[in-house]
Amino acid sequence: MTQFIVLRLLHTILILFGVSLVAFALIHLIPGNPLDILLPPEAPKEVVERLKVEFGFDKPLYIQYLAWLGRVFEGNLGTSVFTGLRVTNELLNALGNTFVLAIPAALLGFSLGTTLGTLAAFNHGRLLDKIFSVIAILGISLPHYWLGIALVIVFAVLNPVLPAAGMGGGGGFPANWDEARHLILPVVTLSMIPMGVIGRIVRSTVLEILSQEFPTALRAKGLRSRRLVWHVLKNAAPPALAVMGLQLGFLLGGSILVETVFNWPGSGQFMNLAIFRRDIPVLQGTVLVLASFFVIINLLVDVVQALIDPRIRR
Amino acid sequence: MADVSAAQPLIRPDTSASAEPRSYWSTVAERLMHDRVTLAVGGVLLCVILLAIFAPWAATHDPLQGSVLRRLKPVGTPGFFLGTDETGRDIWSRLVFGGRLSLICGITPVLLATLIGGTLGLIAGIGGRLINMTIMRVTDVFFAFPSVLLAIAICGVIGAGIGNTILSLMIVFTPPIVRVTESLTAQVKNRDFVEAARASGAPVHAIIRHQIVPNVLGGMLVYSTSLVSISIILSAGLSFLGLGVTPPNPEWGLMLNALRQAIFVNPIVAALPGVAIVITSLCFNLLSDGLRSAMDIKLPS
Repeated sequence: MTQFIVLRLLHTILILFGVSLVAFALIHLIPGNPLDILLPPEAPKEVVERLKVEFGFDKPLYIQYLAWLGRVFEGNLGTSVFTGLRVTNELLNALGNTFVLAIPAALLGFSLGTTLGTLAAFNHGRLLDKIFSVIAILGISLPHYWLGIALVIVFAVLNPVLPAAGMGGGGGFPANWDEARHLILPVVTLSMIPMGVIGRIVRSTVLEILSQEFPTALRAKGLRSRRLVWHVLKNAAPPALAVMGLQLGFLLGGSILVETVFNWPGSGQFMNLAIFRRDIPVLQGTVLVLASFFVIINLLVDVVQALIDPRIRR
Repeated sequence: MADVSAAQPLIRPDTSASAEPRSYWSTVAERLMHDRVTLAVGGVLLCVILLAIFAPWAATHDPLQGSVLRRLKPVGTPGFFLGTDETGRDIWSRLVFGGRLSLICGITPVLLATLIGGTLGLIAGIGGRLINMTIMRVTDVFFAFPSVLLAIAICGVIGAGIGNTILSLMIVFTPPIVRVTESLTAQVKNRDFVEAARASGAPVHAIIRHQIVPNVLGGMLVYSTSLVSISIILSAGLSFLGLGVTPPNPEWGLMLNALRQAIFVNPIVAALPGVAIVITSLCFNLLSDGLRSAMDIKLPS
């Protein structure tokens, strides 16, 4: 087990290194100097030269990369070229708001998906299974930004019972009922994709396990069906967990569209603003931090999987 | 000569349908013919594609011509049966023309990614350890980015536009295709018939062409079809954010964003472009499911 963790850790460090390279290289996808897109073409030459030196754009690329990486290790993602504020602080605030959305959405989606997928598999071929298949495929086919708009139309425009946008308060964890009400529509919107994806994978995994011999043996031994479900779910857990890890990452990175619909001041909106302001340090920092989260979540999932299923440790 | 032709019926093998071994693809076609859901879905998709191709004939108005006099008319207005948008342009005509850009931006990246990713995955699957390591580790790095994040970041840097949307989505979809193809290839490579071909002296390129590719292609096809659904949602999403197709071109995601301001005036019309996206992505998902069960394919996770 220790060997497995050490190997996965080394792999993760390599991946994180690659992620930092991609995040850094991102701005150099555009030809020319990153400053050219920020400054007006009529900017005086000496100002451009001074700024180049100030931001370090006059040095060779690998020096720029190493300097940036060094600062990142100190927890410094630079300063926004638009607002002049420190990226790290701003990003942490925005990330907090994204977590307020993503975590309840993940919990709701995963629990709904697991329950419905298991129920469907145990009722294979019956009406319940068919209804679930329709719900699940809708969950993965609906563009979540459209679902958000549709929910706003139904619950905020036609029947004004819930707030249409915003967080209600100053951000962060909801402090009162009104702020919690602002969470409902975006959380439900975000939870649909994980619900569909997890539900489908749980259903097919449980079906596959039920077709093996051991559930029949357990039943023949006289095991009550509730205990049987437990045994089956334990075997279905590793593949479902792997997909849950991926989905949690998608929720963190993919909430950008839902955050736009609900005007939610999270990391997605933060990044969107950075794109339109051509704010490179912010864009770079957000991409790096979100991708690193994704990588670390996947590492944790791998370890949990190996804890549940010894066969994976090989 | 006459004797030979007279004797032929006697030596002709029995070619009646029951005796002939059925090929894999005819079994697949047979199963698809009996799968009503997949047939219906295929029909709907065909309609969507035909409407997009023949948009100039299917449209009732000029998709770019608006009028201040008829802004945001509701569904069912005479002459504008799906209503009009915020600048008075006919929704039906814009949806039909919008299908062109939405389908192109949704399907092209997956096609390109299947070509590139499929080739790389094949090379990684049959190549040596070093080649496999290099390709798969680079793939791992791109896998570390959530797909939406990567697409938005690339598009955000290189700018809006159809070409850039296709490029960024292609980069997003290549790594998963490489992974699926690589593991499919690795599975097929160790099967007995490949060993037999090698033992009988078949050259590597012939084994790849006759043994490996035909057995990998089905899985890739099923996987790529399921990606088209995500690709259509994502490309419309990029336009929705203002990073994809640029106005005034009609495109579903862009229309959805523009009409978002109108949800308090005319909610039903505002939701219509999304319905077009839902129908198309749902059909591609169902098509992928139908193909998967008809071809009896289990994809590596």
